[in-house]
Parts: sequence; C-alpha cells; structure tokens
Amino acid sequence: MTWEIVIGLEVHTQLSTSSKIFSGAATAYGAEPNTQADAVSIALPGVLPVLNKGAVERAIKFGLAIGAHIAPRSVFARKNYFYPDLPKGYQISQFDLPVVGQGALTIQVEPLSGSGKPYEKTVRITRAHLEEDAGKSIHGDFHGMTGIDLNRAGTPLLEIVSEPDMCSAAEAVAYAKALHSLVRWIGICDGNMQEGSFRCDVNVSVRRPGAPLGTRREIKNLNSFKFMQQAIDFEVQWQIDTLENGGKIQQATILFNPDTGETRAMRSKEDAHDYRYFPDPDLLPLDITPAILEQVRATLPELPQVRRERYIGDYALTAYDANNLTASREMADFFDSCLNEIGTPNAKLCSNWLTGEVTAQLNRDGLDITQCPVTPQQLSGMLARIVDNTISNSGAKEVFRTLWAEGGKADAIIEAKGLKQVSDSGAIEALVDEIIAANADKVAEYRSGKDKLFGFFVGLAMKASKGKANPAQLNEILLQKLAG
Amino acid sequence: MSPTIFLANADVRKVAILARLSMDEAGIEAARSQLSGIFTLIEEMQAVDTRGIAPMSHAQDVSQRLRADTVTETNQRELFQSIAPKYQGSPQIEAGLYLVPQVIE
Repeated sequence: MTWEIVIGLEVHTQLSTSSKIFSGAATAYGAEPNTQADAVSIALPGVLPVLNKGAVERAIKFGLAIGAHIAPRSVFARKNYFYPDLPKGYQISQFDLPVVGQGALTIQVEPLSGSGKPYEKTVRITRAHLEEDAGKSIHGDFHGMTGIDLNRAGTPLLEIVSEPDMCSAAEAVAYAKALHSLVRWIGICDGNMQEGSFRCDVNVSVRRPGAPLGTRREIKNLNSFKFMQQAIDFEVQWQIDTLENGGKIQQATILFNPDTGETRAMRSKEDAHDYRYFPDPDLLPLDITPAILEQVRATLPELPQVRRERYIGDYALTAYDANNLTASREMADFFDSCLNEIGTPNAKLCSNWLTGEVTAQLNRDGLDITQCPVTPQQLSGMLARIVDNTISNSGAKEVFRTLWAEGGKADAIIEAKGLKQVSDSGAIEALVDEIIAANADKVAEYRSGKDKLFGFFVGLAMKASKGKANPAQLNEILLQKLAG
Repeated sequence: MSPTIFLANADVRKVAILARLSMDEAGIEAARSQLSGIFTLIEEMQAVDTRGIAPMSHAQDVSQRLRADTVTETNQRELFQSIAPKYQGSPQIEAGLYLVPQVIE
C-alpha cells in the first residue's frame, strides 16, 4: 500500500529595513557583537516599542503580491517563552489578527527524481505576520557559559505560513524557491540564506490515501534548498518505516544534520510550549487605510507570474525558458534590456543565449547576473551580428568569450579577429569545387550512397574557409555540387 | 458567587513552571486562592451581554503611530555592558557578548 506525503512550510523572511521593527537600531549583518543592540533590543526596563513603517509597507507589499486580504486592523501580541536570546521573556508577534490573510502562490514544479514532466501548482498561503527576530546564542569557549549577541534581536521578520498543500520534497523546494524569488523580486528581503535572511521550517507527515492527516514533525531552520530536500526525503522515509514497523509518530520539533543527512528530535511537543499569547499593551492596533494600501500598491513591480505569462504569450517562449528568465528580477530585467536593443522578434535567440552561454559562464565564475561583465548592450550588439548573418554561432561564442574577458564592442572584435563569415556564394563555390576535385574517391563513394560522408565534406570546407563560411550557405552549395 | 472555572493546585504549578517561578506548597495554595478570586471577577464580566460589540485589543481606541525607517541609535555597548549583571564582582561580559548559563536543547 502506498503512502501520501503532506508538507506545509513556515518561512521566516528578514525584511530589508535599515532599522529594527520596534526601534531605531541598525540591522546591518555582521557587525561587532551587541554594537547594534540598543536599549529596546536588550529590553532595559521602561523602554517602549515604536513600529517601523518600512516593515509594515513590506508586509503589505507581500500581501498584495500573493493576492491576499490585507487586514484593515491587525494586532500585535506577546508570545511568552524563556530563552536567553530573548531578553524580554516574550517575542512581539501577531496571533489571531495578522496583517496578511489568505493568499496563494503559483509554483512550477520540477520533479527531482528526473521522472515525470514539470507541472504547475498553486499553493495556498494561510497568513503572513510581522514579528521580531531573537538574538543569537554563541556556544563557544566561555568557561561553560553561553555568549549572547543581541544585534539580531528586533530585526523585522515576516513569517509566511502555507497550507499543507505540498505532497513531495520537489513541491516543497519549488514553493520555497518561488517564495524566495518573490520576496527578492518585490524588494522586501535580500534572500541571503547563509546570513539567515530566509529560513524555512518544514512540517512533514504521512498518511494512507484518504485517511485523516497523520501526526506531523517539524524540521526547524533549514537554510538551503538542498538540505530541505535531503531533510524531507530522510524524514518521510523515517516516518514510513516507523509506521510500517508498528510504531507511532510523536509530534516533535526536529533538526536536520547536513553531515549525516539525518533528522533528530530536538524537543518533544508533548511538553509543548504554552505561549500564553495576549495582545501587547505597549502597542496599539495597526490600522491600514485604503490610502496606505494604494500607496504601497503603486510601488509594486510587475510580478514574476505576470512577466512569465507575457514572455510565453507575447514572445512565444516555452514555459521552461520563461521560468528560467524570471528566476530573478535582475535576470528578467537583463533580458528586457536586451530585447529593447535588438527587438522582440529575436526573443528566442536572446533567451537561448541568456539561459545557455551567459548562465553557464556566470556559474563557472561564481557570479550572479547583477555581476555579469557583459552588459545587455554588449550582448545585444553581438546577437545582432548573428541575426544579420555576419558571424556564425561558433564565431559568436568567440566574440562572447572576448566580451566577457576583455570587454569592448562586438563589431570591433569581429573585425580584429577576422570572424566575419563568408557569405559570398562565389567564394564558397570556388572552395567547394577545389575540395571536390581533390577528393574524387570520396565523392564517388558519396554518390554511390554513402550519405554519411557529407559531414566529412562540410568539415573540409569549413577548415578551408578557416571556419568563416556561412554554414547554411555552405551546406546548400555542397549538397548541390555533390549531387553532381 | 463561586467560580464555575475551578482552578486546581496542579494548574498553578504548571503556570509557575511556565513563568519560571519557584513556589512552595503554601505559596501555591495562596496563589490558587488569589487566582480563583480573579476568575470570579472574570465570571462576572463574562455575564455582560457583548453581542454586536467588536472586541478591543487595547484599552485606548486609537491606532498605532509609525516611525520612519531610519537608524537613530548609536552604539552604546560600553555603557550598557557596564551595568550588566555581575558575578563574583565582575560583569558577565566577554568578546562583546553577554554571558549566561549554558542552555542546551
């Protein structure tokens, strides 16, 4: 009998404000310990929180991007628990009245095992709420003590909670990637996973088809998509094995160890934290008027989903190409800039180069598209020479390598390296005649039915032209002359 | 009026654990009795008909003021750490960190 996998995600995104959610301390990453921990961050008695407008605007922006209801009035609550990196003894969060209500995100799923085709799926988002981040505990060598750095305490977070709509590791990863891309696209989070700007908690359970939901275990704090996939795969197998061996799943919070590829229980939820939520008396309700909503809406860029559909509908790109181009706003903008230069009829050519050669070279050099040494203008200048048949594909690759390494302009490089392809049919015919004359035996073999020799002649002719013959033209003339 | 919500000593013990309070049996009994008094008050309030009245989340019916997203605080680590809790006469500070007893989960 088969098992069904049920997965839901809670994602903590650090909002890209300059100051903290409830105070004017800086949020920059990597500062010396506690140099950005002001009186509010360290919870000195008598301090009061004052809400950051930038954090509220970013939350609204996200809500609008997922088509969610934005609460006209939302409330901050205290979530009480004791931990040294939370000096107040409670975290200011939102509970029953979050700022962002139910929305949805459409994702493109690429099956991981290589089996099956990519497909589209819509994942419902339950809610998203504003809260403050905690500080960091450092378990170093402090004579048996723990060091506390409160620089991160009070950094604004938007916690985005999904419905348990995903049923494989592939879907969970696709959702997390789509969300990661979206928050960067709309400019509310830098998405830096190494620095903890985007952290995922994954709830996993299994059940027999049609049965009620199984007991879930929550994998905490995954900060890479690869680990997420490994952790889910391991956890699912563990739960299935446990159940098939007659065991029961206990609700628990678990950690993934990337070194062993295994998950282990952190704390049992039996003794679940009773957070004793209640409205924070230090903060008044947050009112979001239609005017504020419209102000924020005006700052929203064209969304990835809309742009993807535009690329498919207007430029006849495949869904696959459109996905790759809209993986980040910077990539999509680069593509649009190129099209501005060489025109939309060349969208396919441009897409092929961006998702092919350009992406490959970026990956080799460990760069992202914003660091691409070749500008859209430079790339377009080269693409235009492919379009008007001045250079062949192999010539183009050489121009591209030069642009990448040395910069410059395509036309000057073509000139300097003599890459202009020969499209003069007289010159190509002469070249072909010579080859036919010099290889009478092979020509005879070809004419008696050895078609495969065609490639041999193409190779000779290309070599004779020093790679500059227009390939299409060369093929045509060769075919003609070889036919006799 | 006697409360319909009955608070047992076990409930008080649980709340004490959550609040990190150490209480002896006499203290628990005293707290139970006081908390029961509060529940009686809540019972009285719950008897009021509140149909059609939107719940308030704050005693004042005004809304949250927002501050602009600008950095206004400077580094005052030295000042704050000079008043950090001391242990055997010296503040529990090292490498800019506040030191606390180890918590392991």
